[in-house]
Amino acid sequence: MTTASSSIAGTTDGERTHRKREKKVDDMRPGGLKRTPISFIVLVVLSLFAILPVLVLALNSFKSDSELATNPLGLPTSWDLSNFEQAWTMGGIGQGLANSAILVAGTVIGIWIVAGSAAYALARLYVPFKRTISFYLLIVISLPAQMFLVPLFFLWTKLGLYDNLLGLILIYIALNTPFATLLMRTFLAGIPMELDEAARLDGANEWQVATKVMLPLARPGFMTTGLVVGLAVYGELFFATIFLSSPNLLPLSTAFLAFQQGFTRLYGVTDAAGLIMILPVIVLFLLMQRNFVTGLAASGVKG
Amino acid sequence: MSATVVPESASVDAARAVASTTRGHRRRPRRRMWIGLAFIAPALVLNLIVIGGPSISNIYYAFTDWSGLGPATFTGLDNAVRLFQDQSFWNALTHNFIYMAFFLTVPIAMGLFGAFALSRVRRGAAFFRVAFFIPYLIASVVNAAIWKNILDPQAGLAAALDKIGIHWLDNVYFLGDPKLALGSVMFVDNWHFWGFLVVLFLAATTGIDGARYEAARIDGANAWQEFWHVTLPGIRPTLIFALTIISLWSLLAFDYSYALTGGGPAGSSDLISLLVNRTAFGANEAGYAAFMGLVTSVLGAVILIIIGLLRRKDDES
Repeated sequence: MTTASSSIAGTTDGERTHRKREKKVDDMRPGGLKRTPISFIVLVVLSLFAILPVLVLALNSFKSDSELATNPLGLPTSWDLSNFEQAWTMGGIGQGLANSAILVAGTVIGIWIVAGSAAYALARLYVPFKRTISFYLLIVISLPAQMFLVPLFFLWTKLGLYDNLLGLILIYIALNTPFATLLMRTFLAGIPMELDEAARLDGANEWQVATKVMLPLARPGFMTTGLVVGLAVYGELFFATIFLSSPNLLPLSTAFLAFQQGFTRLYGVTDAAGLIMILPVIVLFLLMQRNFVTGLAASGVKG
Repeated sequence: MSATVVPESASVDAARAVASTTRGHRRRPRRRMWIGLAFIAPALVLNLIVIGGPSISNIYYAFTDWSGLGPATFTGLDNAVRLFQDQSFWNALTHNFIYMAFFLTVPIAMGLFGAFALSRVRRGAAFFRVAFFIPYLIASVVNAAIWKNILDPQAGLAAALDKIGIHWLDNVYFLGDPKLALGSVMFVDNWHFWGFLVVLFLAATTGIDGARYEAARIDGANAWQEFWHVTLPGIRPTLIFALTIISLWSLLAFDYSYALTGGGPAGSSDLISLLVNRTAFGANEAGYAAFMGLVTSVLGAVILIIIGLLRRKDDES
């Protein structure tokens, strides 16, 4: 939160102090400071384009239906919380939050164990056909879901994993493993070799080396991977739509969609439900911005 | 990375092997192999069950009349013939390619533009980065709800404009008009996506040597020339990566069409992923859907090969 609030304060007086700074500071950035006013205006316009629609969601969630009709996009006249109450009781938001939490926690923990140990093996241990395995992971990353969706669905039905949170968690772990393994491998490869070799010479077995030496050092990498995977699972729609059907198992994404389609054009209530859904992610992002951004950028650059 | 790691551990192995007894010498590599496999096995097994195995069996089912339940009979190229004549498939595939053309240009331009502008300011840079990124963090279903509200002719932007006497958007049904539905879906999808490209490109831009900008400035380059001759070549690998993932994602696009229009009205915003979903689980034609999936995957592979060839050609010149 602190980064965000300080940077918001920074923009309000940004343009005013701009000319003063220009004379004092010799800037090394591309283009220098002379030409930045144009960039600044461009950035303000683009950020309004990004933020205003989200603001509409937040503001409309406080409006009654009659107020929405007369005041579609402006500030609400009163900060009425009844939409949130209604969304919570009728939209199954509480149950959705619980199911989403199970899916996110299950997948992230599973990824840490499964992809974390695979990444450790690829970065540090002797594994036969290491290049073939890395190549397989890259192929799987670029495989369209349609290639395996149909047989997977009927396999899961046969195994009793259809309409089952564990079944979906297993799919999410498998889907995210290749990318997470490659990402965590780059983090693990950055840890000096001497540390685990020293532990081995001191008589530690492989399990101790992995859990007592490498794991604590790789914490930031695991954190970042967990955030990226957790975010992807929290909003996931395609597999959640296909692999879950019981109303009491729906995660927030599909529960929200069903709620929204049932309450067509009752924007106040659906916006309240939407705000409840996005708030945890935005708070977490503002708190752990650096991890999020490095993780997503790294997933891009390295993938 | 593994290339640098492997020789080092191998040399440690060699040193150890020399120090140990002949029996240890023979046994250790085998034990090490099992340890390595034990660490990697869970990931590989799970991946083969969920992705690898079904992908391979999909190739078989693609040539059958499988309904999803019961046995599947091999029908040769029947599915291929049917697909070739299937209007709804070509309709959806065309939309996927329109999606691709749109996403290879508009968000890339916005991402480059945003990242370049962001690299030139200091004040408020953190705020802008957060602002651009927030739509990317929001779940697709919520983004779809936001824009359903804004694009509603009676309750959103059109109504707000009416209040101040502007009637341009009266009775414009962005999501209900077959001519506008796909464009609206792509617009909303891009609204949520382009900020990710800004962050991606910005991370790459910060890796460019500042001296190159200084040299360009000494030569009298303007902002556009700096962008074209310094920034763009500097982030080329990231740009190629972005173009690659966009090409692949365009074949997979699902969320925004599903949540905003459901592929309608009258299939005007239908996409392959929605069609496969309907065919397999709505119409119980799993074999035919498997064939659609196979064709989509082959198209993805062709795109990857084309990108690879273009890169190789580019590197040579």
